[in-house]
Amino acid sequence: MTQHSPTRRNILFTGTQTLSAAGLMAMMGSSAASAYQGSDNPAQDVQLLNAAIALEHEGIAAYTIAAGSGLLTPDVTEIGVRFRGHHREHRDALASAVTALGGTPVETESEAHYVEALGVASLANQADVLRLALGLETGAANAYLGLIPSLSTAEQHQLAAQMAGDEAYHAAILGHALGEPIPVAGMMFGG
Amino acid sequence: MSEHRKQTFIGLVAAIMVIGMTMPVAQARQVTETLVGDMERGERLYRQRCMACHALDANRAGPSHRGVFGREAGAVDGYRYSGALRDSGIIWTAETLDSWLSNPTGLVPGTSMGVRTRNAQDRADIISYLESLSPAEPD
Ligand code: HEC
Repeated sequence: MTQHSPTRRNILFTGTQTLSAAGLMAMMGSSAASAYQGSDNPAQDVQLLNAAIALEHEGIAAYTIAAGSGLLTPDVTEIGVRFRGHHREHRDALASAVTALGGTPVETESEAHYVEALGVASLANQADVLRLALGLETGAANAYLGLIPSLSTAEQHQLAAQMAGDEAYHAAILGHALGEPIPVAGMMFGG
Repeated sequence: MSEHRKQTFIGLVAAIMVIGMTMPVAQARQVTETLVGDMERGERLYRQRCMACHALDANRAGPSHRGVFGREAGAVDGYRYSGALRDSGIIWTAETLDSWLSNPTGLVPGTSMGVRTRNAQDRADIISYLESLSPAEPD
């Protein structure tokens, strides 16, 4: 791993970045180190992963708002709550990666912010909510696939691909619930 | 080889390398310029590829987009841009947007957007949709 030591030195001694205790631990070989290893541009990776965390925060909030909207049947609510659990796992995995790179994961915004940003006021029934969720999940699958070439390590590529897989799974379930036809063409996501 | 000849030779090699490097870029640009964007397809692609993070009128993981075509980068109020994009001095035109969408971190190292759109026609379509959302140029 000698080729990475200049980067490590830069981070430690140039003084332009503050290094969290967790980041330092990661460099010293704790279990969180895998996300750091091989990154020749940790500051850039942190930026990109933090944008993904922001997306996950919004997804979590969207399912919370939906569950409390009174627009969903109990079985659909249950599906949403399950999906929210997946998004929380994504947030945590991405936050660990950011911390291991020496960065600080972005915080969530207020629920009021998401209510406004997502246009929740215009949702009138269950189908509206499902369509919103389908749009978010489809967009998230595409976002992760588009992000892969910009991330710098194999671990991060694999992490983004795992996220994309979950989002595509969610999109398929939501599309089915809305009675959408199965796409004729393959390569449904990314590109 | 004399010192002078050596320098001439190095200069020649450098010139050939520069030509070699710029040619594909020039060609790629030409291709982009001849692509005609399909606004309706662009709107559909925008929904599928961009709306995980962007909205027309709200700041989400990314900044709001209405009016972005023709505007300076990093100019939406209330959105926390990366320093890199805010200070980039870029004006969003068909050309800068094409370069951005094909590789954001390549155009603006340190930006927080990393999503790449590989297909040139997809980019042209999305760009013509973004252009349609901008107020007409004042004359
Ligand atoms: C994963 C989330 C994400 C996705 C998906 C995404 N973006 Fe972005 N976008 C961002 C972020 C974050 C920024 C702010 C970048 C910065 O501050 O460096 C941004 C900034 C931009 C800007 C600059 C805006 C300005 O005000 O200067 C444009 C243009 C843009 N995105 C277009 C797009 C388009 C078109 C798509 C779809 C093909 C897209 N983005 C997909 C997160 C995303």
